[in-house]
Amino acid sequence: MIPAAFEYARAESTEEAIALLVEHGDEAKLIAGGHSLLPLMKLRLATPAVLVDIGRVPGLSYIEERGDEIAIGALARHHDLETSAVLKEQVPLLAATAHQVGDPQVRHRGTLGGTLAHGDPASDLPAAVLALGGTLVAQGPNGRREISALEFFRGFLETALGADEVLVEVRVPKAAGAGWSFQKFNRRAQDWAIVGVAAVVNGTTGVALVNMGSTPLRATAVEEAVRSGASVVDAAAAASHGTDPPSDANASSEYRRHLATVLVRRALEEASS
Amino acid sequence: MVLVSVEVNGSSYQHEVEPRTLLVQYLRETLGLTGTNIGCDTSSCGACTVLLDGESVKSCTLLAVQADGAAIVTIEGLSGPDGALHPVQQAFHEHHALQCGYCTPGMVMAAVSLLAEEGQLDERGVREGLEGNLCRCTGYHNIVRAVLACAGDRAPAGAVDAVGAVGAAGGAVGAVGAAGGTGAVAS
Repeated sequence: MIPAAFEYARAESTEEAIALLVEHGDEAKLIAGGHSLLPLMKLRLATPAVLVDIGRVPGLSYIEERGDEIAIGALARHHDLETSAVLKEQVPLLAATAHQVGDPQVRHRGTLGGTLAHGDPASDLPAAVLALGGTLVAQGPNGRREISALEFFRGFLETALGADEVLVEVRVPKAAGAGWSFQKFNRRAQDWAIVGVAAVVNGTTGVALVNMGSTPLRATAVEEAVRSGASVVDAAAAASHGTDPPSDANASSEYRRHLATVLVRRALEEASS
Repeated sequence: MVLVSVEVNGSSYQHEVEPRTLLVQYLRETLGLTGTNIGCDTSSCGACTVLLDGESVKSCTLLAVQADGAAIVTIEGLSGPDGALHPVQQAFHEHHALQCGYCTPGMVMAAVSLLAEEGQLDERGVREGLEGNLCRCTGYHNIVRAVLACAGDRAPAGAVDAVGAVGAAGGAVGAVGAAGGTGAVAS
């Protein structure tokens, strides 16, 4: 399968990438690792006229401590996350979640920025960033702005990023002593999660869901139940409140609702233990 | 057309390619390196796995232009100048880690990358490390044995022999694998 023809431009800097986005508008699409976009292009579900390659932009692959947060360059790959000593120590949920993405080959190419900007509800890392209450940094023609992860995912494969913006950084709070869990259920190795759950217990409890609607979702009903003192079982019973899970070849919507309850319970138990 | 410069199996190449050319197409059709197979063509099966700057990647999900400036190794580049098999190839041979052979080039390249990355490998580590490569013939037992044999003293003692036994615990299918596998190890 070969993608439809496109014009290719490699950006050597974030500024050059933004200039190319401004020049080409909706016709252009950014590519980094390409492991979300290229499969869609090969299936001709995506047919961008211009592909702006930011995969070589220098200085966007860092994972570093910055005050109370860990700052991660958008081009840091899943493999970088899963092997990062600082992340394993400070935000183990994110390192462990990165290890669950796809398979080693995919993790050698896929980037954190790419998976967030793609906004696929079935992806693992967006849920982890949501549960952690992360902050995303977008750069456009007028400079940088910060977007809360809670405000970032707008619809199916739609995010708060403007057509002329590049996601450049992700920041998550340090949570070295926090309890955490990432639960993923699938039928075959390397598959997307049928349902997944990311949870972090650090004074407050953050829970987010994979593949339970048109976007990565924060499980606000579960979080409220925990806040009001509900038991793990009772809080988990609220897992599917406010969700709209899809029915597909892997599972029915009803099955996903049940699975979410089971996985949220397991996640809360593991994160609280 | 875009100019692409790559090093493949130690030789330098420059070609004008259409931007939509996939790396696997470039390797097979432009360079004639047909050892890299196309299986699923959807980045699931791993048959097209090659090393990009030393790391396993699926060449069906990479544009040739994205590999510009990189060093690539394909299955053809693993053997020594005298034609001697790479240790992973030799281990696949000795442990009969293939049947039809279609997945083998990708499986070998994924194993080379895994062995380079992991300090210690046990059976579970090998199975998880090869989860991006599908084999529809072998049941994986002998592939896991071959990779564990390459891990050598980095694998827990007895790990190679233990593969079949672990399979046997899984029931009838595992037991068949264990029986066949015992013979392969003994040889």
